[in-house]
Amino acid sequence: MNLDGVIALSRWQFAITTVYHFLFVPLTLGLSIFVAIIESRYVRTGDEKYKKMAKYWGTLFLINFALGVATGIVQEFQFGLNWAGYSRFMGDIFGAPLAIEALLAFYLESTLLGVWIFGWEKLSKKLHAAVMWLVAIGSNLSAIWILIANSFMQEPVGYKMAADNSRVLMENFGKLITNPNFLYQWPHVFFSALTTAGFFVLGISAYHLLRKKDSDIFRTSFRMSAIYGFIGIVFVIIIGHYQGQFLVKHQPMKMAAAEAAWETTSDFTLFAIPNTKDSTNSAEIKIPGMLGFLSYDKWGKPVKGIKELREEYLQKYGEKFKDLEAKYGKIDYVPPVGITYWSFRIMVYAGLIMLLVGFLALFKKFMEKKWFLKLAFWTLFLPFIATSFGWLMAEIGRQPFIVYGLFPVRAAVSPNLHTSDVWFSLITMGLLYAILIVVEVGLMIKYAKKTPEEENVQPNAELA
Amino acid sequence: MEPTALQIIWFILITVLFIGFFFLEGFDYGVGMLQPFLGKKDNERRAILNAIGPFWDGNEVWLLTAGGASFAAFPHFYATLFSGFYVALVLMLLGLIFRAVVFEYRSKAETEKGRNTWDWGFAISSFIIALLWGVAVGNLMQGVPLTPDPNYNGAPYVYYHGGLLGLLSPFTILSGLVFVFLFLMHGANFLALKTTDPIMSRAKKAAWTFWIITLILTVIFVLWGLFGLKMWPAKAKILTYISALIAAVALILAGLYIKKDDFKKAFWSGALTIVFATVMVFAGLFPNLIPASNDPANSITIMNASSSAYTLKVMTIVAVILVPIVLFYQIWTYRTFRDRISPEGDLEY
Repeated sequence: MNLDGVIALSRWQFAITTVYHFLFVPLTLGLSIFVAIIESRYVRTGDEKYKKMAKYWGTLFLINFALGVATGIVQEFQFGLNWAGYSRFMGDIFGAPLAIEALLAFYLESTLLGVWIFGWEKLSKKLHAAVMWLVAIGSNLSAIWILIANSFMQEPVGYKMAADNSRVLMENFGKLITNPNFLYQWPHVFFSALTTAGFFVLGISAYHLLRKKDSDIFRTSFRMSAIYGFIGIVFVIIIGHYQGQFLVKHQPMKMAAAEAAWETTSDFTLFAIPNTKDSTNSAEIKIPGMLGFLSYDKWGKPVKGIKELREEYLQKYGEKFKDLEAKYGKIDYVPPVGITYWSFRIMVYAGLIMLLVGFLALFKKFMEKKWFLKLAFWTLFLPFIATSFGWLMAEIGRQPFIVYGLFPVRAAVSPNLHTSDVWFSLITMGLLYAILIVVEVGLMIKYAKKTPEEENVQPNAELA
Repeated sequence: MEPTALQIIWFILITVLFIGFFFLEGFDYGVGMLQPFLGKKDNERRAILNAIGPFWDGNEVWLLTAGGASFAAFPHFYATLFSGFYVALVLMLLGLIFRAVVFEYRSKAETEKGRNTWDWGFAISSFIIALLWGVAVGNLMQGVPLTPDPNYNGAPYVYYHGGLLGLLSPFTILSGLVFVFLFLMHGANFLALKTTDPIMSRAKKAAWTFWIITLILTVIFVLWGLFGLKMWPAKAKILTYISALIAAVALILAGLYIKKDDFKKAFWSGALTIVFATVMVFAGLFPNLIPASNDPANSITIMNASSSAYTLKVMTIVAVILVPIVLFYQIWTYRTFRDRISPEGDLEY
């Protein structure tokens, strides 16, 4: 069996399917709440405008939600399919949050969404709106539980090792769900979801305002989403900052790689081209001292570099993983620096642009300007870029560990697989995903271009 | 080695989750397979889709919960099963991915050709999923060769290396067909209750045809299973025989009620057949989860595959609180949307 081949293909598969899944998730999380807010306004005011808005944004929500569900099923299967080693090592801890996610969150959002779709006439206004709130709560609960699981991978807590060191055992469920990593990670993801929904609605509203179509509904949507998106991005950045400081202490190699800091330094690089072979960067644009300020609130305080940390990690883990290295191959304690560095930069720079655009969108005078509406439209793509690269940084920066400090990726893969198996899944799922995203984006564009007045969602007997 | 109480409880809970999954998704997959046949015009096919419209997504979560609970309670079972049955599960996944978007996207297609493609995709993917579940279950009953991982000390660190072809044998193909036809009957019964003419009448006729086929296949399947397999039933033989008997009686009653045009009773008899067939399968498996046909010492059992007592305890508390709540609002959904769907009516999907 070609272990290297299976590992490489499985990693590509997990990365592709997960990034793809997470294209749809933040919009679901954020837009569900937004639609619920609109529907509550309808209940309170009785103004039909809000009913139209709820149905309009709801249609786009549903087009998006479908692919979120479809790709989510893959996620649950994948741990067993390609990562049986990991499933055995982590099952005692990892399985529980996943099962709770299904029991608590998936049932709620899936069951009640069906009620929401079919219940406009059957349910009272109040009950129908409450149903959307429950869908929103269900989706966001699911984010909580999967992030509890991921947080353990970043920062193992509440566990003990089995006597023969073959797996981790849950020792304290309370510690698991109050993992300090989770307390940063979930709010960061939650507000990124509000941001995504906010800029999505803002961008599409801007599109319609440019064409002067159905202005009342889109003016209201624009104003509401501007506030929503701005609150989102402000808190994403603030929480992200403190999360970064936490990670400098708890996952120093990840942050060093994210800064392409080969040497111990307090310099922040705005731009760099990391060269892994030489362990240096070319074309650096630096701000001296600023990395110390970002990491420790102390301008000029040095942060440990990759080279220094590599030595530390070899000391710390070399003996511990000797057996695993003998079975699964040499462990390199430095994650891929180029990807980690650029994923982090792209996420941050996208975030700063969104901060600016979101701020300007709060002011009425910018809503009147054509150039700003065009800018707002194109900004709608930035949250998707930021969230994708953010996850790449979070997961790739943790390498070579799949569970930080406890288990390397190389030992995690399913040892019975052949590369032909994984080529099969990668190609078939890749093809299906490619076809479906073309369909989804096509439908999204078609229905986003319609106004609530134009929209007659697939009337029946159209093709009798 | 004797199983602990918690391990037995979780074996039962996972059985319950699979019962829910097969009962609910059984008619979903059946309806899917029937859609292009029982619906001759576009609005009829659309109506059939809408008959399970409010329910399908909540139904599917039973699969996710069964999988998630398997991972949580018996991680070695989850790991060996999913990595072992890789290609079959990938095929199933492709079906599940496709099915999940059909509901939302099918009627948004603007051409007849587009909608036809969705409808046939819906039928084929439903068929593949039903067939593969049957094949998987058949393999769990028949046992598969499990080989120890050289880096560890035997079970539960065992793996199946036989690929997709190794999973296809006369018994397991029969098992696959039993699932397909049982779900076809179950789906037809559901449509007989949830649609209006002309779909309703076609569904009633289909239910009778599929009942006959199901009866023949199931009798062979159960007799072969009870008396022709090496490793099944394992320990709980009496419970297995009783469940088989109840399932058989329920299936015969289903046919009688179909003939009498009492589709409410026919549907519930069919449901009982699925429930007790599932109980039968798991009762016969106990205490194994994946019997190893090459060497019983390599079998995945509830004793060697389970999580720690602490984890099982935590999960038990969670399940006891949440499962009744889930049942409550899922049942509420079915009661709220119990009206029949007509091809002429307002169709959301």
